Amino acid sequence: MYSFQQQVGFPILSVMTFLPTLGALAMLLLMRGRPHLYKYTALATTGATFILSLAMVWKFDQYTADFQFIEKVNWIQRLGASYHMGVDGISVLLILLTTLLSLIIIPASWNYIKDRELGFFASFLFLETGMLGTFCARDLLLFYVFWEIMLIPMYFIIGVWGGPRRVYAALKFFLFTMAGSVLMLVAIVGIAYLARPNQYAAPVFDLDQLQHAVFSFPVQMAAFLAFFIAFAIKVPMWPLHTWLPDAHVEAPTAGSVILAGVLLKMGGYGIIRFCIPLFPDAVVTAMPYILILSIIAIIYGALVSLVQKDLKKLVAYSSVSHMGFVTGGIFAFSVIGLEGALLVMFSHGLLTGALFLMVGFMYERLHTREISAMGGLASPFPVMAAFLLFFTLGSLGLPGLSGFVGEFLSLLGLFTYNKAMAVVAAAGIIMAAAYLLWMYLRVMFVETRDEKWFRLSDLNLREIASLAPLAGLAVWVGVYPDTFINIIQPSASHLINHISPYLAQHGDFLTRFFASLGGGR
Amino acid sequence: MTPLQHYLVLSGALFSVGAWGVLARRSIIMVVMCLELMFNAVNIALVAFSNYANAGAGRGEVFVFFVLAIAAAEVAVGLAIGIAMYRLREKLDVDELDEMRG
Amino acid sequence: MKAAVLLIPLLPLASFIITGFFGRRYFKDKSHYLSVASVAISWILSMYVFIQVERGQTLSWQLYTWIAAGKFHVDIGFLVDELTAIMLLVVSTVGLMVHIYSIGYMHGDKGYYRFFAYINLFMFSMFMLVLANNYLLLYVFWEAVGLCSYLLIAFWFPKLSASNAGMKAFLVNRVGDFGFSLGIMLIFVTLGTLDYSSVFAAAGTIGGGMVTAICLLLFTGAVGKSAQFPLHVWLPDAMEGPTPVSSLIHAATMVNAGVYMVARSSPLFAHSHTAMLVVAAIGTFTAIFAAIIALVQNDIKKVLAYSTISQLGYMFMALGVGAWTAAMFHLLAHGFFKGLLFLCSGSVIHALGGEQDMRKMGGLRKKIKITYWTFFIGALALSGFPGLSGFFSKDAILSGAFSGGYWYFWIVALITVFLTAFYSFRLIFMTFHSEPRMDAKVFAHVHESPPVMTAPLIVLSVPTVVAGLFLGIPPESGHIDHFLHRVFAAAIVTPEHQFGFLSGSLMAISAVVGIGGILLAWHFYLRCPFLPAATCKRAGRLYTLALNKFYVDEIYFAVFINPLRRFSRWLWRIVDAGVIDGAVNGAGWLALGAGRLLRPIQTGKVQGYLFAMFLGLLALMVVYIILTL
Repeated sequence: MYSFQQQVGFPILSVMTFLPTLGALAMLLLMRGRPHLYKYTALATTGATFILSLAMVWKFDQYTADFQFIEKVNWIQRLGASYHMGVDGISVLLILLTTLLSLIIIPASWNYIKDRELGFFASFLFLETGMLGTFCARDLLLFYVFWEIMLIPMYFIIGVWGGPRRVYAALKFFLFTMAGSVLMLVAIVGIAYLARPNQYAAPVFDLDQLQHAVFSFPVQMAAFLAFFIAFAIKVPMWPLHTWLPDAHVEAPTAGSVILAGVLLKMGGYGIIRFCIPLFPDAVVTAMPYILILSIIAIIYGALVSLVQKDLKKLVAYSSVSHMGFVTGGIFAFSVIGLEGALLVMFSHGLLTGALFLMVGFMYERLHTREISAMGGLASPFPVMAAFLLFFTLGSLGLPGLSGFVGEFLSLLGLFTYNKAMAVVAAAGIIMAAAYLLWMYLRVMFVETRDEKWFRLSDLNLREIASLAPLAGLAVWVGVYPDTFINIIQPSASHLINHISPYLAQHGDFLTRFFASLGGGR
Repeated sequence: MTPLQHYLVLSGALFSVGAWGVLARRSIIMVVMCLELMFNAVNIALVAFSNYANAGAGRGEVFVFFVLAIAAAEVAVGLAIGIAMYRLREKLDVDELDEMRG
Repeated sequence: MKAAVLLIPLLPLASFIITGFFGRRYFKDKSHYLSVASVAISWILSMYVFIQVERGQTLSWQLYTWIAAGKFHVDIGFLVDELTAIMLLVVSTVGLMVHIYSIGYMHGDKGYYRFFAYINLFMFSMFMLVLANNYLLLYVFWEAVGLCSYLLIAFWFPKLSASNAGMKAFLVNRVGDFGFSLGIMLIFVTLGTLDYSSVFAAAGTIGGGMVTAICLLLFTGAVGKSAQFPLHVWLPDAMEGPTPVSSLIHAATMVNAGVYMVARSSPLFAHSHTAMLVVAAIGTFTAIFAAIIALVQNDIKKVLAYSTISQLGYMFMALGVGAWTAAMFHLLAHGFFKGLLFLCSGSVIHALGGEQDMRKMGGLRKKIKITYWTFFIGALALSGFPGLSGFFSKDAILSGAFSGGYWYFWIVALITVFLTAFYSFRLIFMTFHSEPRMDAKVFAHVHESPPVMTAPLIVLSVPTVVAGLFLGIPPESGHIDHFLHRVFAAAIVTPEHQFGFLSGSLMAISAVVGIGGILLAWHFYLRCPFLPAATCKRAGRLYTLALNKFYVDEIYFAVFINPLRRFSRWLWRIVDAGVIDGAVNGAGWLALGAGRLLRPIQTGKVQGYLFAMFLGLLALMVVYIILTL
């Protein structure tokens, strides 16, 4: 059995997903020992993938919540697993982000990586396949395979090309993620067997079928927790976030960009794609607790960012804070909040990705990431200062740039659910301004610390070219977010329609408690 | 006809001798040889059972052939390891081989 | 009219983009051409729009849908009515003058192009702020002007104090905006829309508590932006920026945004007596509080900064007592005369080569005549000298407070009038009169600013003198009252009344009090110059308190900032690295320890393993046999 939707005439999702693998294989098999070819191959491959993803977005029908570009092939028939790919509005945006960031990091690490370039670029190409596959998979087992595929190249990227404590960081990253994944695998197998129509049928891994399965509440709760922990580690949600700062600090620039830009989004994506449709009762029960965790993450991440000494660590902790808005927006369970969460994800990918790129560019020049060792960079590097200011402002949620729209919408979503929570979360935005502007002040402003810096060059064309698309998109999302919201809208409202009956019949202690506190829904 | 027990006693004795050798001997050559003894003890038992339980079907004998083939391969590998080890250390003492100690 | 409304903000934006991108390489010291030209055209268009509005033509125009998520729908659109027109008038006029003035003031600065790019961006944002037709768009540009303010305060960023001041301005404003954004959300949640017209149409249906909450939250934003107590702390520090910036942003336009926003929301505020009372109380308190601090400051710009805070307090008092028109009138007049005063102080600083301390000035009257006379006019207006614009607008506020029955506010305001007159002329006398207190060499170098700087001073002193006569006569039913009548029709709480004996006597009282302040300053600083020092000594603690701005900054540091930083460090070091990571690493160590414990079992001796196997086998057999028996 093989079928694909004739939207473009060829199975675009598979081609897009496996094109990077092809490029990597070509590099490994055909170009050994010709280092000058690696970069260009990687660039060409990621470029082609990006164009394919653009074509996909172009052909994407934004008036339906149905999955599109569906491809289905039997895979392991006896296990009921199939190779089932498809995208909806929620994944499209993240796919676009993935291909864009994958393209951008190649020129950004042009000079950064000096040794074992083959492995470096090949790892990124494999990683891209893993990421794209994760966003496209419509079969739990397939999803799990792609999910694990992502882990390995990332482990090597941190562990081989990373900083001085790379082994510790890579191991920590691997173990945290693996711990979550294993739990998720157990839950996947569990629900696949429980969803069988009869005892002799093959297990059900296909999401289309699983969506109609009804699980008893304890099963839902157990499976939800397993899934959620896996995703919460990826998000990362407080208090499962401690791998993130270490991984970011040690990872090479490109690794940080992908880590922050795409891998963290996997968590939010997983929650939206799997937890909500599969375990609605459990999700609704867990809602207030997860909202509290999200708010803790927002405040905690912001506070801890305030006292960081390492630029990369600061951005990493700020991610914890920003991702709090994602989980907060999702678990407010309103169309506004969900769309806000998705926009925060998209914009965080752009802005934090760009911030990490900038930190990398600074590191290439100054050979330090210590904030206290910098100061007055704006005088020798005006272009860099302008770009950093732009992304800093975007990140602190200045209206007109992408960060604001998402954060405002997810706060609004939260506000409609519970006012007290929204008030606390909004305080996080004040703190975001505090730690980011203080960072900017210490890095760019005041007296130039070292006269030598005046002899260094400002951002070159290659570096500007890798930042400019991110800046452009950030403005686009900020000024005309409808382009993106329209893509999400049908899928988001479909999801909310799915969950709202459960919300209506639900009322637990905590919800009532907060309702009495903050006016409530 | 010789009763089954006789064969089994022989097989058991042979197996025990082999097992003792495997556990107690230091030389890798002797260990491998004793392993062969154990294989053969099992072979005797197999043939004997085969003959008593289902004479003429030859099911036990088929196993014996498998065991013989495997044993041959195992001896080949074992001796090769022995030679490699001798080249490395000029000794064939099993106790010396504790690189995998925890 | 649509084209004009569209072009007013877009021209400065275009100029910002072009100057910002190409200024450093290509324009350099010619950066102001495009910049000034764009603002000049915007000014002409603003005048055109103003005249159109005066003829009764208003505009409400949806440009495009900005965000539509679920039920949430916000447009980018323009609303031009009388209130907008007044704001456009102030913003574009002062803006243009400051642009021209900056050509001289910023001449030769390394960041010349950057300066013009930034103030163009500011003009764009400010125009959009007043043209917006809904709360979210207002908020967007509210933040955008805050950004420009940040960039311009920290313009001389190598100076630590400038960078810090910029950051402080942004952060303090963020605290206000926190409330503002929550207010916007509350409006949306209760009414389902953010569009001005629909919100105001539905204002009556919200109900008591909620409307108070909304108004107070919105007012929090205004407190931040318009530097009212307790969020006033950023404005004095903002004087680190170049003086034209202080004039444009921190006196004439941006800080008025809070007043504008409350005035714009008058239909909402009118439904909440409590909120109005809070607005008036905070405004009145700020007015006198800042005036007291202004009395003793020695930095010429700081005096003006506190004076701005105080005058903004007046406006909020007016808003709070329901004298909407008076507030807007004062905003207009204050925009002109305070913009003028700041530009004059810039001219003084320019003449002295950067000196800002008034104790090192004096005797400049003869040397810089144009600056002196324009400064004098501005100070007269600020003191409420009869006939000048400040007199009429301030009087409108005072009589509004009195006739609204808020006599306690009226008394405080009257005292503030006295203080205002006193510190204004303290400033004049210390700067321009008496003997020069600077080095003779410096004094010899003192020179009048170039015409490109003095021309804006002269231009701005014209409305300072005549705006009151044109707009404010007769008081309470003058031109401005008729002009703004339609906007505030829904919100006016006190019945309109004609100018009569009561109003006349109130006016006379405030005039006398103002002149009294001027005379006292003259007595203190010209006639008996030993008096100030003696008084300070007598006032003792009060003087130190006022000189140190009542230690508000220090209190904030001690109560909020330092504990927060300590708490953050604790979170990071103890909770993050200790507890959470400790648990994670602890799990790792546990596994390692268990491994180490079991390690000796792994001897590496094959025969040992085999022996164990045999034993195990034997044991299994025994168990089997026992079980089968």
